[in-house]
Amino acid sequence: MDVFSDLFTDYTLRTVALGSAVIGVVSGVLGSFAVLRRQSLLGDAISHAALPGIVVAYLVTGSKASLVLVLGAAVAGWIGTLVVMTIVRSSRVKSDSALGIVLSVFFGVGLVLLTFLQRRPDANQAGLDKFLFGQAAGLVQSEVLTMAALGGIALAFVILLWKEFKLLSFDRGFGESLGFRMSVVDVVLTTLLVVAIVLGLQTVGVVLMSAMVVAPAAAARQWTDRLVVMVALAALFGAVSGVGGAVISSSTARIPTGPTIVLCASAIVMVSLLFAPNRGLLWNRLRGARSRRRLRTEAVLADLYALWGQHEDLDHAHPAAVLETMALNRGGVAGALDELASRGLARSADGGWMLTSEGLRVARKLHGERFESGIPLQEGAT
Amino acid sequence: MSQPQLEIQLIAVITAVACALPGVFLVLRRLALLSDAISHSILLGIVLAFFVTRDIASPALVLGAAVVGVVTVALVELLNRSGRVREDAAIGLVFPFLFSVAVILISRYAGTVHLDVDAVLLGELAFAPLDRVILAGWDLGPRVAYLMGAIFVVNVAFILLFYKELKLATFDAALAAALGFSPVLIHYLLMSLVSVTAVGAFDAVGSILVVALMIAPPSAAYLLTDNLGRMVLLAAMLGALSAIGGYWTAHFLDASIAGSMASAAGAIFALVFVFAPGRGLLAAARRRSTQKLEFAQTMLAVHLLNHEGRPEQPEESRVDGLHRHLRWDQGFLSQVVRSAARRGLVVEQGQELVLTDDGRAAARRTLVL
Repeated sequence: MDVFSDLFTDYTLRTVALGSAVIGVVSGVLGSFAVLRRQSLLGDAISHAALPGIVVAYLVTGSKASLVLVLGAAVAGWIGTLVVMTIVRSSRVKSDSALGIVLSVFFGVGLVLLTFLQRRPDANQAGLDKFLFGQAAGLVQSEVLTMAALGGIALAFVILLWKEFKLLSFDRGFGESLGFRMSVVDVVLTTLLVVAIVLGLQTVGVVLMSAMVVAPAAAARQWTDRLVVMVALAALFGAVSGVGGAVISSSTARIPTGPTIVLCASAIVMVSLLFAPNRGLLWNRLRGARSRRRLRTEAVLADLYALWGQHEDLDHAHPAAVLETMALNRGGVAGALDELASRGLARSADGGWMLTSEGLRVARKLHGERFESGIPLQEGAT
Repeated sequence: MSQPQLEIQLIAVITAVACALPGVFLVLRRLALLSDAISHSILLGIVLAFFVTRDIASPALVLGAAVVGVVTVALVELLNRSGRVREDAAIGLVFPFLFSVAVILISRYAGTVHLDVDAVLLGELAFAPLDRVILAGWDLGPRVAYLMGAIFVVNVAFILLFYKELKLATFDAALAAALGFSPVLIHYLLMSLVSVTAVGAFDAVGSILVVALMIAPPSAAYLLTDNLGRMVLLAAMLGALSAIGGYWTAHFLDASIAGSMASAAGAIFALVFVFAPGRGLLAAARRRSTQKLEFAQTMLAVHLLNHEGRPEQPEESRVDGLHRHLRWDQGFLSQVVRSAARRGLVVEQGQELVLTDDGRAAARRTLVL
């Protein structure tokens, strides 16, 4: 396919795809911890809170170099996180409100600074676009290299502090008791999350960066119960979303990259939710239906057995209506009888139903398994 | 003040109060971030309704936004109830998805018409007075004022009519269900109001800053009172204050009005957070230091009682040696001794500190003797 060969030959596409992949990997890895720690929306708050940092960094240095702006964004995002923690710890305001306040107020302050800077009240549009929605197409190779270097450092920290982060995510108290300074570990992990988010801001944009933190991790969670596997899968899903979004948006006219990346990630989440082995909702549905059918069939078999017990005659037919009155839910009786017949456990004759000898054996076995003490199946079923 | 200035402030105040009213219940029900989710995803509703009506001023846009807002909440609950993702992750999955769809639709199909995503996200109050309702040649005022006014009235009416139900469903959903009020119905009604309010406000302040107006004033009010009625009134007042304060800040800085309103709301919250009587940082610090001093006085009394009438008493109750026995620093000890003497728990007799009857009684009470 053309697009895939372009991926290796076209400079812009290659740069954008690589950059998006780096973002996907880093935010997937750090997002895994955020999702496990129920801090999914911290990413949203951090990305919004970064705006004043970017403006101030620009104001102070006068430079639009991405490293300077990233630094400013990181500091502001970090302060925002700290404010959230302080509000939650020392007042009764809950974390959702604290996140909401930090997110919107920091963003508001950033907007004021930005418009103040530009000295005109309608300056919203100038420069903010890039921050809000990202501008993947504007990525250049040097920026991708910066991102890869910073992302690599963040990932190295994750590998070095793997054990500590795992403890923090699953059993903070236990970690504390082992002598780890969990509050320090917490700050380090949160700082890395800030780095991951800030890296993605100029490509994916503020609004959608939170999705890059949550979606790959939430998808990966469906496939496994092991942290290593989850983190690796989240990195993979993040990378696939990034490259996929870049490729799709480059091959279709007028489709922005950031939202396309998010849609790719959302699609992966949907597939994972439905089809992941074990946790997949589809399998869950099927399993539920199968066990409901088994229970219903066995109940009818037990009823036939109870009826047999009154005559001890395998050729005595019992009308389906009798079985329907005996069943808790009369709807499924006909289907259950058909299934019993197809398995050779029951047969119909003389306008009624009866056990086969094989059916009698199975029913006895089931009966014996469940009522070893010999309690009759249905007392007084006359 | 010129007429546009007055009109802008009026719109700002109505918007802020209209946002603060449902915000109270979002904060109390720990659903604050649903407002963030709704305010973003309603963009999809606006876009879809716009495709149908081709009119940016059509009331159908509000309706479409409200529907998508409720759909957002329903999707979050669906994901949450599936047990596969937690609520915070569910919110973080749903709204970026809906928002992305909206942005892609806009950039692909609506590029030629006026539907500006920035305007939705950021809003611009300064332009609000330009869009006016003109009926039979009469200028009846800015359109946004009517829209927000109507939403404000609906919000007030909802809270007045369903005050009891809202209170019950917020503080004890199980009891509400047992008494036959449907907490689910109340929940969705509230969420519809949040959606309608958010879409009305996006014109004025944009969808990101709607969150500030919905969450910050009610959170500040939450730190000031334990009474729901008072919290609603306080939230409305603080919201109005943010609007006016924000407007004038923007006026003097020549900066974005919406951003200034959000900043003002944040500043008010910060002030309340530090200075609130009873719950503020300062009040808490003062309470802690009072408690520390009182506890220390009791410990001092217990220590003195412990050694009273024993051979070691002269040594153990020497004023200049006590800090060693109690392991306190000398400054703290003299502060404790001074305040204990003032309360009449101890008296100094020469070198020794001696318990009074009151002090002895206090120590015995502590030791449950």
